[in-house]
Amino acid sequence: MSTVISVSGLRKSYGSNVAVAGVDLSIQKGEIFALLGPNGAGKTTTVEILEGFRDRDSGDVQVLGFDPSTKGAAGQAWRDRIGIVLQSTSDAGDLTVYESVSHFAHYYKSAKDPREVIELVGLTDKADALGRTLSGGQRRRLDVALGIIGNPELIFLDEPTTGFDPEARRAFWALIRKLRDEGATILLTTHYLDEAEALADRVAVINRGKIIEVSTPAHLGGRATSLATISWRDGAEVKTGQSAEPTQFVQNLAAQFGGEVPELSVKRASLEDIYLKMIGDLNA
Amino acid sequence: MLKSSGFKSSGFKSSGRNPNAISIGLERGKLEMKQFMRQRESVVFTMLFPLILLAIFGSVFSENIADGVTFSQYFVAGMIASGLVNTGFQQLAIMIPMERDFGTLKRLRGTPMPASSYFIGKAILVTLSMLIQVALLLAAGVAFFGVDLPTSAEKWLLLAALLVLGSACSTVLGIAFSNVPKSGRGASAVVSPVVIVLQFFSGVFFIFTDLPQWMQQVAAIFPLKWMTQGARSIFLPDSFATREVAGNWETGRTFAIIAAWLVLGLIWAVRSFKWERD
Repeated sequence: MSTVISVSGLRKSYGSNVAVAGVDLSIQKGEIFALLGPNGAGKTTTVEILEGFRDRDSGDVQVLGFDPSTKGAAGQAWRDRIGIVLQSTSDAGDLTVYESVSHFAHYYKSAKDPREVIELVGLTDKADALGRTLSGGQRRRLDVALGIIGNPELIFLDEPTTGFDPEARRAFWALIRKLRDEGATILLTTHYLDEAEALADRVAVINRGKIIEVSTPAHLGGRATSLATISWRDGAEVKTGQSAEPTQFVQNLAAQFGGEVPELSVKRASLEDIYLKMIGDLNA
Repeated sequence: MLKSSGFKSSGFKSSGRNPNAISIGLERGKLEMKQFMRQRESVVFTMLFPLILLAIFGSVFSENIADGVTFSQYFVAGMIASGLVNTGFQQLAIMIPMERDFGTLKRLRGTPMPASSYFIGKAILVTLSMLIQVALLLAAGVAFFGVDLPTSAEKWLLLAALLVLGSACSTVLGIAFSNVPKSGRGASAVVSPVVIVLQFFSGVFFIFTDLPQWMQQVAAIFPLKWMTQGARSIFLPDSFATREVAGNWETGRTFAIIAAWLVLGLIWAVRSFKWERD
């Protein structure tokens, strides 16, 4: 395991508005890391500093062992190793999918085969379609194809599945996992907590320019040890109970019913519940 | 169907390629032309509109403006100068803000593409569209409006020099001015009036020396006036030079002023270019 992104004491202000107020982060090779936070929390600024789009005020930032604020030829060599999928774009409407992807391949030293990348994102049937004829989801997959054509070691994904239908999202998640399995590290920002839960090895919650917590989706905000909610049917009535020891609770119920408990369900707080509580506590 | 086996190891083309600013710039030029030719409205507007104007003006003003000089002859010179402004300044100052809005520029910024490649691509686009424009104007002028082409090699050389310098000047000014419109949608509304007013002031539509004195003086600050004068020195007989403001073609001054704008535009463009909207 080696560290792909390391950030310490990162700060950035716009005038009197402090966007990033001392962020520390460490992301390991081969991880899918999700950065969560409300709008205006400093998420975009942080990511754009890591992508080399913005300069920082202070702090140490290393991305693939390199300071992203470096300009010139060294900066270009670094860009050869990263892939950026920005938020929704609408350019290149007059080019076909194949033309766009194969053109971007010219920018990189060891680009992938455009046809293979198009296949990978599931656009083979649309390879000869003009960009402006693509649906929202297809358009997004083209964005991803352009982001990964250079065979990047590190991929930035900004709100990748906004506007996707559920089936397309599942297919997209499978694609992201595949890229990771091939060795890429992925930094994901998303508003969808279920997406973070499905994909991320670790998540960080950022609010008011600071990282509140970094954890696995299952453990964030004490989620693994939070009270479980058990619900079941007792005659005409649906009953619920909360317990720190749900196994024991269910065993008691089973004994009470003499076997199968009608309509039994055991639920932990969802990542969304935990997240909203964390954000809410701080903003209250 | 392609198999995705061996996916990781397969490089595009041969491994160890070394993309450089010029090779990528040429690729960008190809892409720019491809996109340009596919935007049918803009091709028609940019390429045919000057011909329509030539037809209108050539029909309205049918009498000779001097011995052996038709208004069409005068007008073709102005339209060639306008072509430099349309294909460079106007095209880029409208197109780049749109690319900024669409996220094209930010996406490119995130790749290893050198910034110079982007501008090489734009220069190729401007040069080719300018050459098409000039060729169409001359062809239509000769075929339908009795326009005479230059007869001496010297004049053709002067034309080549004017097209190269004028187009370069127009290109850098277009890139520089691309930071002025606040949005891609509004760019046309900001840029087009500038061009049209300059065309009126610079003697494209009317005989320059017939314009009010103050208009002539304002026009003399900007390069279009000098481009039209330069084009007249090529397409009009030398006897017409006495009807110019200075009583001669002022060829040296013409090229000097266009070159000065080129340098100014270059500095302005390099200093102000933005990849993202604020």
